[in-house]
Amino acid sequence: MLGLGAARLEADMNRLMALLFHQGVLDEQFMQLQQLQDESSPNFVSEVISIYFRESEKLLKNLRSLLADRECTDYTKIGIHLNQLMGSSSSIGAKRVRTVCLAFRAASEHSNWSGCLRSLEVLEHEYCYLKTKLHELFQMEQHRVMAAGARYHPALS
Amino acid sequence: MGGEFTEEADMEVLPSMWPEDIGSEARKQFNMEQPGANRDMLEDVTIKEDPSVVDFKRLLELTNYSEKGSSQLTYLVKHWEYRHTNAVRLLNEELNILSKQRQEVELKKLEILEEHRFEDDKHAGSKRPVSILEEACDVWGRVPRKRNDVAAYNRNLDIDAEYDTAMYWKQRALQLEKMLQETIKREDALMQKLLENIKNLETQSSPVEELSQILKRADNFLHFILQTAPVVIGHQDKELRYRFIYNHFPRLEEEDIIGKTDEEIFSGAGVKEIQDFKREVLERGSPAKREIKFDTPLFGSKTFLIYVEPVFSKAGDTIGVNYMGMDVTDQVARRERMAKLREEIAVQKAKETELNKTIHITEETMRAKQMLATMSHEIRSPLTGVVGMAEILGTTKLDREQRQLLDVMLSSGDLVLQLINDILDLSKVESGAMKLEDTKFRPREVVRHVLQTAAASLKKELMLEGHVADDVPVEVIGDVLRIRQILTNLISNAIKFTHEGKVGINLHAVSKQCPGCQERHNQGLTAALQSTRLAKENSSETQSYIDRESSHCSTCQNNLDQNSTEKHHLTNEDTEKHNQQYEKIVWLRCEVYDTGIGIPEKALPSLFKKYMQASADHARKYGGTGLGLAICKQLVELMGGNLTVTSKEHCGSTFTFVLPCKVPSKRENSDDHDENEAISDSEITADSSSDEINGSFVFKPLTRGTLFSSDGSMVCKTKLFGSSMLDALHISNGLSESDSYSSNDCTSRKRLSSDRVSAISDAKKMQAEPKGPAQQSLGHNVNDFGRINKRDEGCQDSTNGFVMHKFDSSIMDSSRTQRNTGLQQGKMASSERANMAESVKSLPTCQSPTHEKEDTCMSDGSSFKILLVEDNKINVMVAQSMMRQLGHRIDVVNNGLEAIRALQRSHYDLIFMDVCMPVMDGMQATRLIRSFEENGYWDASVTNGNDHTMTSSDSLTHGPDAGQSRKRIPIIAMTANSLAESAADCLANGMDSFVSKPVTFQNLKQCLKQYLPC
Repeated sequence: MLGLGAARLEADMNRLMALLFHQGVLDEQFMQLQQLQDESSPNFVSEVISIYFRESEKLLKNLRSLLADRECTDYTKIGIHLNQLMGSSSSIGAKRVRTVCLAFRAASEHSNWSGCLRSLEVLEHEYCYLKTKLHELFQMEQHRVMAAGARYHPALS
Repeated sequence: MGGEFTEEADMEVLPSMWPEDIGSEARKQFNMEQPGANRDMLEDVTIKEDPSVVDFKRLLELTNYSEKGSSQLTYLVKHWEYRHTNAVRLLNEELNILSKQRQEVELKKLEILEEHRFEDDKHAGSKRPVSILEEACDVWGRVPRKRNDVAAYNRNLDIDAEYDTAMYWKQRALQLEKMLQETIKREDALMQKLLENIKNLETQSSPVEELSQILKRADNFLHFILQTAPVVIGHQDKELRYRFIYNHFPRLEEEDIIGKTDEEIFSGAGVKEIQDFKREVLERGSPAKREIKFDTPLFGSKTFLIYVEPVFSKAGDTIGVNYMGMDVTDQVARRERMAKLREEIAVQKAKETELNKTIHITEETMRAKQMLATMSHEIRSPLTGVVGMAEILGTTKLDREQRQLLDVMLSSGDLVLQLINDILDLSKVESGAMKLEDTKFRPREVVRHVLQTAAASLKKELMLEGHVADDVPVEVIGDVLRIRQILTNLISNAIKFTHEGKVGINLHAVSKQCPGCQERHNQGLTAALQSTRLAKENSSETQSYIDRESSHCSTCQNNLDQNSTEKHHLTNEDTEKHNQQYEKIVWLRCEVYDTGIGIPEKALPSLFKKYMQASADHARKYGGTGLGLAICKQLVELMGGNLTVTSKEHCGSTFTFVLPCKVPSKRENSDDHDENEAISDSEITADSSSDEINGSFVFKPLTRGTLFSSDGSMVCKTKLFGSSMLDALHISNGLSESDSYSSNDCTSRKRLSSDRVSAISDAKKMQAEPKGPAQQSLGHNVNDFGRINKRDEGCQDSTNGFVMHKFDSSIMDSSRTQRNTGLQQGKMASSERANMAESVKSLPTCQSPTHEKEDTCMSDGSSFKILLVEDNKINVMVAQSMMRQLGHRIDVVNNGLEAIRALQRSHYDLIFMDVCMPVMDGMQATRLIRSFEENGYWDASVTNGNDHTMTSSDSLTHGPDAGQSRKRIPIIAMTANSLAESAADCLANGMDSFVSKPVTFQNLKQCLKQYLPC
């Protein structure tokens, strides 16, 4: 069907995706995202994801700075940020990030500073993990497209 | 010795052993056998003559007969005897001496008298002895005095007178006289002494007295000791009659006791026992102790420790018993308490060990379960990978063959997953860890899907039927996954054991609570409803009824706005007992029947047991784990229902389960459906909707290949879509059945082509020929219905679904026509018709694809305008992209205020509104929009913000058609947390529905279908 390299790459990708699914890092929403990618928007997923990363990094930075001072922490602001992050995370299917966000939000609702901080750490960890894995995935995707290009390209054009 | 005793008997004086202080008490503690007179025995002296000898006889007897008493007495008496014989001996000696002396003196006197007589004879006439004596008296009188000092025994009388003279004799006589007197005196003194001695003797303590003193001391001692001791001491004779009793708790007079036996005195529990016990001791002749529980009216319930010893006579015979009782009630109670406590402790310990064991077992089970879970997870993980990847693969461009293969892959994968889930489920149910997840679902769809799924894997010539009665609510709340699981299990079982004939599901509601009150609520519809029910087998009638309803509604509601339409929609739902705002329980009875091999009677009891099949033969022949029915039963019971089976061998079996399901309140209706819907293309949806109206489904035997015939245009990417596609296929398959296709690949291909043709033709029809056969007014549609139905029934027996397909497309056509002619009215009518249909969703479901097609085909200005209010970039991107794929273009604004501005600028058919947004959140925006719709002007807050826009927008919106501009725009909330609470908030704030984030294709489609009339 596909070129040998492409096949292997695709297998790798699938394995990685499966892994991410089983770890609960991603959920079905990610598949929805993938469904949205078609000829008219061939890079839709990676575009969305990179926007997601951009936004999330901002949010994380803000969260970090909001939590810098224990005394004057604006929990409502944290809540808003978290809602943002949660919204976009659930949209791309970043399940684990979302779950951590939930916990984070619960902590912020209780004005639990240390809980927030802990959650933030976990969140950052999850986020980094997601980011590396998705990067990996997209890299493979790129390679795959390149490898498959030989076959698909004429068909597309 | 006898003498001694007589003496004692005489001495009965015995001051009684009993201390004086107690004597006067009316109830004596000491009761002695002394009939009558014993009261006097305190006064020692008077008692002397008392006839108490009699009563003492017993004591005598006792001491006499009993060795103990006699030996004690003997000892005392001997001691006394010894002392007193000594005294007597001494006295006797002295007496002897004295009497000797006396004899001597008397002899001498006699001699002297002889001499005097002689002298007297001599001097008889001349002198009187008296006279002489008179003279001599003085002399004599002096002499003895003198002589008194002289030794009495001076025998040699000194006479200074001349011997043998008268003087001499006189003197001599006088001297002798004196001696005699002295002797007499001495004798007197001795006598006196003797008397004194005797008297002394008398006053000296008698043995009895001494004895009595000893006894008295003993008595006092005993009394001192026993005064407060809770004891009863007694002596009973051979016949066990009391002879003596000391009782610390006197309740009876002694006459009540003495001379009587226990049995005569008491009554109640324990008396017999003590009597027997005493008798036993008497017989055995050895002392014994025993604890005896009494429960007598006299002193209540008490426990005594009884000591009984036999009393022997000297001959060795038992003559009675002594007994001693001590009240140990408290001790016994304490002991019993202790015992009880100990017992409890033991029980506790046993329990503890039991518990530990259980814990251990549980732990083991947990571990096992953990292992099972891990194992299944291990299996599941790669499998999910396979399935997931297959699904992803499904999103890529595939040709038909590949897609078919992929579908097989998916369904097999699902099957394996299901198997693993089965095992997990069972262990979950058994461990009580199974939690039911209540979701809203549509029983009709469930039944249909189950049948479809079953039909998909059907390899036999079997007819699959489903019938859902009209009284089953459109939507109920329950754990749909589990219910489905049960149904699937039962159906696959039925199929497995059925070789020819049919397998089917009957679903109907059973009234466990009186439904009358609800029905009275809208009597107008009740009659119609009942007629519908009566004629529920006759689908054409049902159809016409519904159609009549719909036409009626559309005519009467032409001028009403969307809002009232909704109300009417509610009323209609009422026919399904759906109107209640609160949740109501409906009992669904589901029968899964088959015409299979049946179950032998003897196998019925073990049918629902784990790993059990009707027989080993069956197991070999049909395979299976034997878990299915066990799971079903446990699941049904978990849900509060029950599962039963009736069966006749070689004729078939019917599994029946009854389940309580909640009926959702209307407001939340149709917000989120977990159900897969058949939405792929117009035919399919048309069929499904008709199914829901009819509640009857039939799947004729079909062949595998057909399953995978799919319309190329279909969006079929996920598993969900896949299954819905399957649904569609079965129906379409059924459709082609009428063309009597019967075999695999070529058939499917053929049918595919025909499908596609029909789809295309449908689309064409919709587009090109607005005046088709069904293009008449709605009123005419009734006739159409009937006609088509009848015709179809004529040619293909009960495959109503396909009939409906045609009919539905005609509806669509008509609606299209309407819309083309008069846009607003058409919308109204179609939306109403959507409401008329039993399911809220069914018709829109069928309509939206049309719309979609239309959109993609036309893609001009006539498409709907949708506004997305969302601040999250990602969400915007995703939603936009989805909408694009669905064929809609959307405007995007970032907060509530902007949304209002956008609304002021132009008109939208649908708004997707995020709830949490900066500047103005979705709730507030919705409220403002709603208030605008009601009042016709924007709230002050908004007005202030944008004066100019408002005026312009006002003119804009109000300009063309005031009625339309004020139409209620469907606003769908997009919430991150789709909790019931926030859903209620959304609805309370005027939103129509909500989609939980993340937004999925499906949610979006559903909403569009429901709220975008076409």
